Amino acid sequence: MSDMYEALVKIVGKNYVSNQKEERYFYGRDPGLMSPHEPDYVVMPRTTEEVQKIVKLANKEKIPVVPKGGGLALTGLVIPLKGGIVMDMKRIDKILEVNERARYVIVEGGTTEGGLKSYLEKHHPSLRHSIPDAPPIATVVANAVIHGQGRLTQQYGFNSDMVTGLEVVLPTGEICRIGSCSISKYWFSRGAPMPDLSGLFLGWLGTTGVITKMGLKLYPRKKIRDVEVFVTDKEDLVPDILFKLTHTEMVEDINIWCQPHPPMFRENHHVTILITGDSEEELQFKKKMIWDALQEYIDSKDGGFMWVMPDAKPTFLEMPLESLSKFADVRKGGGFEYSGPIVLAEDYPECSRKLAELAVKYKLTYSGMVRVIGRSHCIMFGFAYTFNRADLDEMDRVRKALHEVAEFALEQGGTHWKPTVDEQKMMMERMDPDTLKLMGKIKGLLDPNGIMNPRNWEVG
Amino acid sequence: MLALEFDETKCANCKAVSCLVKCQYMDLDKDEAKIEWQKVIKSEDSPVLDACTTCYACEEYCPFGNHPFYLIVERQEERGMFTAPRPITKQWINMCEPAGKFRLGKVKEQALSFCFIPALRSLARGRLFESALPSWILGAEFFCNVVYLHFAKTSVIKDRLPKITENIEKQGIKELICLHDECYGSFNSLAPAYGIKVPFKTTHYFEYLYNKLKEHKDAIKPLNVEVAYQRNCSARLVPETDHFVDDIFGLIGVDRVEREYDGENALCCGEIIRMVKGYKLADDVQKRNIDDIVNAGAEYCVFNCPFCYMALAEKMAKRGIKPIHIIDLCKLAIGEKPALEVG
Ligand SMILES: Cc1cc2nc3c(=O)[nH]c(=O)nc-3n(C[C@H](O)[C@H](O)[C@H](O)COP(=O)(O)OP(=O)(O)OC[C@H]3O[C@@H](n4cnc5c(N)ncnc54)[C@H](O)[C@@H]3O)c2cc1C
Ligand code: SF4
Ligand code: SF4
Repeated sequence: MSDMYEALVKIVGKNYVSNQKEERYFYGRDPGLMSPHEPDYVVMPRTTEEVQKIVKLANKEKIPVVPKGGGLALTGLVIPLKGGIVMDMKRIDKILEVNERARYVIVEGGTTEGGLKSYLEKHHPSLRHSIPDAPPIATVVANAVIHGQGRLTQQYGFNSDMVTGLEVVLPTGEICRIGSCSISKYWFSRGAPMPDLSGLFLGWLGTTGVITKMGLKLYPRKKIRDVEVFVTDKEDLVPDILFKLTHTEMVEDINIWCQPHPPMFRENHHVTILITGDSEEELQFKKKMIWDALQEYIDSKDGGFMWVMPDAKPTFLEMPLESLSKFADVRKGGGFEYSGPIVLAEDYPECSRKLAELAVKYKLTYSGMVRVIGRSHCIMFGFAYTFNRADLDEMDRVRKALHEVAEFALEQGGTHWKPTVDEQKMMMERMDPDTLKLMGKIKGLLDPNGIMNPRNWEVG
Repeated sequence: MLALEFDETKCANCKAVSCLVKCQYMDLDKDEAKIEWQKVIKSEDSPVLDACTTCYACEEYCPFGNHPFYLIVERQEERGMFTAPRPITKQWINMCEPAGKFRLGKVKEQALSFCFIPALRSLARGRLFESALPSWILGAEFFCNVVYLHFAKTSVIKDRLPKITENIEKQGIKELICLHDECYGSFNSLAPAYGIKVPFKTTHYFEYLYNKLKEHKDAIKPLNVEVAYQRNCSARLVPETDHFVDDIFGLIGVDRVEREYDGENALCCGEIIRMVKGYKLADDVQKRNIDDIVNAGAEYCVFNCPFCYMALAEKMAKRGIKPIHIIDLCKLAIGEKPALEVG
């Protein structure tokens, strides 16, 4: 094993490898509920070539490699369940190119969401990316790897749908380019009109290779943003409200949230509607379309727009939403995990009832937070129960509640998002057997020694 | 159960039926108004109950001190009507429910009430408040609750207001200086109308400001500006306080422009109308009001109510009018910095 350490030092230098207790402790856990498991080594490469050398070495020695971005997926995806190497991607964080006219950016495998946001604001103020509400140290690539969702997801789909190309170090050490960048210097398409191979890597949770570069679509940044919050006390109306809102095609992003605290929020479901425009006229026009679309609920008194006072607006408009991170730590102690199944919008009522029911059953504080994906094509329903890491009993209750959520989500016909290893198993048990076989074949082909993030998407 | 002191005989003898004839949101002549008002009194269906935007103005229009608006609200609630959407109504009721989170200064017999509005605490700074300031109260426990008139929920007021007066009395307060106009309206109009005892003296902050400005007369540098005044809904409950606005303006060298929507004909800030009637009427009210201020050539628009300020400040600033709360205006006149700013 000390040979391995030396070999890693040779690749990245002494300062960027560790097999010490402190690093192993830190990299053996995430903020969620999964039990810790320590790596043998932590390594921080700086270049694609270094990544390649590390992966080749690990493949030769059949040692697991777990790529890690911000480690904020929360569901144990970066916990090295079979030990080995945690490859912290944060040093590979350059923004390599912005094609202003074709509206895409090429980032490295560890570029952070916050880093990309501020870079664009400074150098390309007319462009933006679909930033998620995760804390800003979350990484752009990992977010696409787990099919994350951001501010522009209602308009353009999952953040992974915005990927325009990849550079991947395969588990066997080859460096592959995926998409137009495989034949051209331009990174405008991840596949079309060729076969789209990006699906071999996106959604695989780092089990089929390490992404070292990624092209990502950028979108126009409008000059003004504003917010409206529509409130109803009838959860059964929410799917219809979403259908009407998305029909207007006037909205930047739609989030729905329900929570019992503080008291002014209890009993109601809140639909945050974000709107953008280059002028007051554009904004006003969009608002009117939105108001008109929902007028019938105001007339029937079943719903209405809440008065968002000017001093409260920044809380809704900031990116990422700090309030989410604050809620994440409401019980203090730094523990947070949420289950965010992807379900149909029509499942909102059932999901919100389940959320509250489990909170009562397990005596927990809850918040339901939803992001609309596409024009109400589906939603991410976040079942969030916070816990204090020092309270083992509370952690256990959250674990049980989230397990029930996992079963419930599948019964509803949904899928798990950024699934824990157990949730992956639950999905694979239900999966069409031939599809599962195909997944197994792909994994076996790409990672014959099973070194990449083992126990995740492990077929059979 | 607290009951509204409403004198039907006054209405029987009333020829002008000003409460409804003057209403800015209904188009009724005297005869129609008389008929509809009788229906309201008799608790029969009347379009008045639906058409009311809850602007409070008829409380002022009635020359006999009867309480037409309070009666309308009673009738709306009796019918289980919601003026605003039900979830919004719930939100407001839940928001201001006392939860033991009130805050206190060093409370003395004379105390400033910031109601449940932290912005009022930011406003009450500087020399004008120096002597009174250590003694203040803030929180849902001291919240006047008048706002529920907008939501057809007199029951909430009847339930909470007596406790609020008790809470204030328990602090040993003998004189409450109300920085929220609506609090003053609550203790001087609504409470007596329902027979609720107010066991302390109340002073409107206009009067307080006026007296303080006189004390600091030497420090005043006349502002020499033309201002419009944004009269708020609760001013309709206590029109007797209005003269202080001009008295204060006189002291600090401010000229109140003549305009259509002032005095009895004032237009409210429009945000409650947005909640109860939707955006079209609200936008129309706000636009007419701001156009009027612009046309009258005012440089500033002076606010009494912090919520009106929140509703209109940005919109006015975009039209080149400087929004300012009257407390800030007074501070400006003695060379101090305003607390509320747009953006
Ligand atoms: C308060 C809060 C709010 C959140 N809000 C959102 C939200 O709005 N939208 C959203 O989508 N998510 C949200 N999240 C979840 C999560 O933080 C984000 O999805 C985040 O983008 C994950 O990025 P990360 O760098 O932390 O990923 P990590 O947890 O480090 O990694 C996630 C997965 O990607 C793999 N991986 C990492 N880097 C690579 C690479 N270079 N190549 C191959 N595989 C790799 C890892 O092995 C792992 O399987 C939120 C989390 C919190 C705590
Ligand atoms: S409420 Fe007043 S104005 Fe209206 S009818 Fe009665 S007395 Fe006349
Ligand atoms: S409160 Fe206003 S809208 Fe309602 S009846 Fe009285 S004057 Fe008319």
